Amino acid sequence: MQEPLITTGLILLIVLAPLAGSIIAGLFARQVGRTGAAGATILGVAVSLIGSLYVLKLIAFDGHSAVNVDLYTWFQIGDIRAAVGFLIDPLSAMMMCVVTSVSLAVHVYTIGYMREDPGFSRFFSYIALFTFAMLMLVTSNNFLQLFFGWEAVGLVSYLLIGFWYQRPTAIFANMKAFLVNRVGDFGFLLGIAAVLLYLGTLDYQTAFAKADLLIGKQFFPFGEGWAIDVPTMICVLLFIGAMGKSAQVPLHVWLPDSMEGPTPISALIHAATMVTAGIFMVARMSPLYELSEAALSFVLVIGATTAFFMGLVGIVQNDIKRVVAYSTLSQLGYMTVALGVSAYSVGVFHLMTHAFFKALLFLGAGSVIIGMHHLQDMRVMGGLRKYMPITFATAWIGTLALTGFPGTSGFFSKDLIIEAVGASDRAGATYAYWCVLLGVAVTSFYSFRLLYLTFHGPERFAAALKQAHEEHAHHGDDHGHDDHDHEAHHDHHEPTPHESPWVVAIPLIVLAVPSLLIGWFTVETMVFGSFFGSSIVVHEAHDVIGELKTHFTSPGGFALHGFVTPAFWLALLGFAAATYLYLFNPALAERLSQVFAPVRRVLERKYGFDEAYQAVFARGSILLGKIFWRAGDQTLIDGLAVNGSAQLVGRAAYLIRRVQSGYLYHYAFSMIVGLIVMIGVFVWMGR
Amino acid sequence: MITLSHYLTVGALLLCIGLAGIFINRKNLVVLLMCLELILLAVNFNFVAFSKFLGTVDGQVMVFFILTVAAAEAAIGLAILVCLFRNRQSINVGEFGELRG
Amino acid sequence: MSVDLVLFYAFSAVLLVAAVGVITVRNPVHAALMLVLTFFSSALTWILIRSEFLGIALILVYVGAVMVLFLFVVMMLDINVAKVREGFARYLPVGAFVAVIMALQLLALVGIEQFGPDRYPLPTDPGPGYSNTEEVGRLLFTQYLLPFEIAGVILLVGTIAAVALTHRRRTGVRTQNPAQQAAVRKSDRLRIVRMPAEKSREGDSP
Repeated sequence: MQEPLITTGLILLIVLAPLAGSIIAGLFARQVGRTGAAGATILGVAVSLIGSLYVLKLIAFDGHSAVNVDLYTWFQIGDIRAAVGFLIDPLSAMMMCVVTSVSLAVHVYTIGYMREDPGFSRFFSYIALFTFAMLMLVTSNNFLQLFFGWEAVGLVSYLLIGFWYQRPTAIFANMKAFLVNRVGDFGFLLGIAAVLLYLGTLDYQTAFAKADLLIGKQFFPFGEGWAIDVPTMICVLLFIGAMGKSAQVPLHVWLPDSMEGPTPISALIHAATMVTAGIFMVARMSPLYELSEAALSFVLVIGATTAFFMGLVGIVQNDIKRVVAYSTLSQLGYMTVALGVSAYSVGVFHLMTHAFFKALLFLGAGSVIIGMHHLQDMRVMGGLRKYMPITFATAWIGTLALTGFPGTSGFFSKDLIIEAVGASDRAGATYAYWCVLLGVAVTSFYSFRLLYLTFHGPERFAAALKQAHEEHAHHGDDHGHDDHDHEAHHDHHEPTPHESPWVVAIPLIVLAVPSLLIGWFTVETMVFGSFFGSSIVVHEAHDVIGELKTHFTSPGGFALHGFVTPAFWLALLGFAAATYLYLFNPALAERLSQVFAPVRRVLERKYGFDEAYQAVFARGSILLGKIFWRAGDQTLIDGLAVNGSAQLVGRAAYLIRRVQSGYLYHYAFSMIVGLIVMIGVFVWMGR
Repeated sequence: MITLSHYLTVGALLLCIGLAGIFINRKNLVVLLMCLELILLAVNFNFVAFSKFLGTVDGQVMVFFILTVAAAEAAIGLAILVCLFRNRQSINVGEFGELRG
Repeated sequence: MSVDLVLFYAFSAVLLVAAVGVITVRNPVHAALMLVLTFFSSALTWILIRSEFLGIALILVYVGAVMVLFLFVVMMLDINVAKVREGFARYLPVGAFVAVIMALQLLALVGIEQFGPDRYPLPTDPGPGYSNTEEVGRLLFTQYLLPFEIAGVILLVGTIAAVALTHRRRTGVRTQNPAQQAAVRKSDRLRIVRMPAEKSREGDSP
């Protein structure tokens, strides 16, 4: 046996290096300056990445056993013990690598993207803090630390969505994100409490070992009437947390709004890492989820609904980031569907590939936005491939991966999901199958629509760009930006889009590579091999992957096979439709949108979720607050308790004061009356 | 024959008349003081009666002292009245309400 | 009905009527005179029961001194009789009611059952040589000597207090204080100041 190379020190180094960078950039920004802030955080994340890769190598390739170490006891109340500890196994090692690599790419990208922004150092501090929180989440070895990481990423997401806090839309968006996440977290916390109640422990390994105790247990919320199966209850509650964090219907409404934040965080948080925390959590809890068919069916249906219907909404979006946002929602639905059919490893595999190509797409969109002087509406873009070749090429690569062109990493993960769902006989699997299958066409359509509207076709940006340039220069005067911008702009007589600087372009290239290749090389070990080992548990009866394994020969064989699947044909259909409508016959696109106006309206209103939530929950809460304020605070507390007691004292004093009339005869009278009463008492007692 | 009860009755009635006088006569401070004397007289009545019917003289000695004190008190009370009259030009008790709460 | 009893009823009747008169008559001088009558009647009542010392003392002290003082004050003050009588009728019912209640209560207590002759026998006739004054004096100057002296002090204090309360200081009167005059020093009256001498100029008077 080898000595344990994954020491506690190494784990702490990986987890805390970004935190150190964040603290330096956050608290000592003035001392270290912008360079120091960026440098410290990038160094921290780089150290973390190197450590994660080393750990992955040890665990995946060198056969190092999983490491479960408790650092210290956070608190102990009776039998409840909460510890701070880390669990390093294949699942968490993979997640660590994904998180740190995407984070590093985003950090480098940010140097270019946020160059003109006064909050430069603050941004770096936040994204490094996020990296720390996400690492805590994935390396946790108990429910409570998971929840800590969960909440911490939610907090940093709030801070980052509202980064430009002077914009009212940004503030609205970050409140929305936080509140919707709160709803999910409420369910999550109930789930954790249920785990504690029925299993008596918060530690993963202990809980999973005892998981079989839950089978057959029932929960009676209303006495003898209605029984709820305990494993189902726990899993559904935990999944509600995942619904919030991973933006599944109906708690998905915050993700499109989160595009108010700067593009780097849309890439990091709302595509690659934070939103995948829910997926990771379900995969981590696979020993529990395998106990409940009902919960997994629930997961399946929710995921399928999100996958298909959110993709539809992406078709009618005009903001480039919103399209990618709805695409993310849809892809998260795909991952959830995979979890729902007990194909946990496929879901996590798609998580990994999606992280790379979706981050690539977001960063590409960000590059376009920089090039377009911060314009985001695709209707005023077009023909940008001449001006931004690198962005164009990487965006095409990302899109191919997203739509699942055979051979790309996205292809492997997506097609495996579709096949897994097809092979499953779980309740709701048929519905899910059609959703994910048709979703491929939808995905293809909106993805290529984005490409065509942005990079191909006629150039529509002249007027808008001129206006934006003037506003930008004006802004520059207002904010006192450095002269560099002014020179760059004054060089052109007429403003044109330009390719982004190398700090922006290099991360794009770096991310394009795994988007193309990582699927090919890892699918066999991760999905069909024993990569995950005991970190993911699947019961024999549900093992769809085992079934798929029989058909799987090799990555190449699978890719070739991919050309003849229904999914490929549907993707091709979407591609063809998009090409025809947006490249060759845009007028037809207009006509169609008018013909299908009601459908378009429904999609543009995002099925009315936002309106419903605003009307019911937001207004309802405000109404409740008003009621409590008027009735509770004003009437009861101010009126009755505070003012009322003062008035009561005043009135009582007024009454009592009248006894002190100042007149002698009144006093004498009262004395005499008292005397009479006393004598009366004595007389009566003497009788 | 005269019994103790007779004297006590007279004393009681005198007391009540004096008390009634205190809160009927609220316009004349002097009459108020006179009613005080009436009450003291009633008390003296009781003392004397009991002294005789119990056979001891202590009661009468008590009356002696009550007489003394009542005289001194009347003198001082009238002195105060005079001061009050000098300041307020009135002995209407109903007007003296400055000590009201 | 013995003579004593008849006399007692007569004196008591006068006593009570006079007492009521004290509180009801309009003129304060009349009220004072009614009070005098009250005292007289009660003195007579006491003499009936052979407490002549106190009876005479009552007349001498109360009537002779206290009531005279009352009359002095009443006549000295310039009282507006009309105004003083306002509101009398308003308070009469209440006052009378309370007084009647009180009286009934007290009478219930001092009824003939509790204090009748069976419980408290009549005083025996001590004979012609009985001197109430001597009896009172005997006790007063032996057992109650200290209270006696204190009573004297009380009267002294009362005198001083009454004088002090009503003493008026005349304003604007200048008096001399010989003690202060004799204690004066040079520094209180004289202050020597240094000044530069003024040069005399043409035209100044020398």
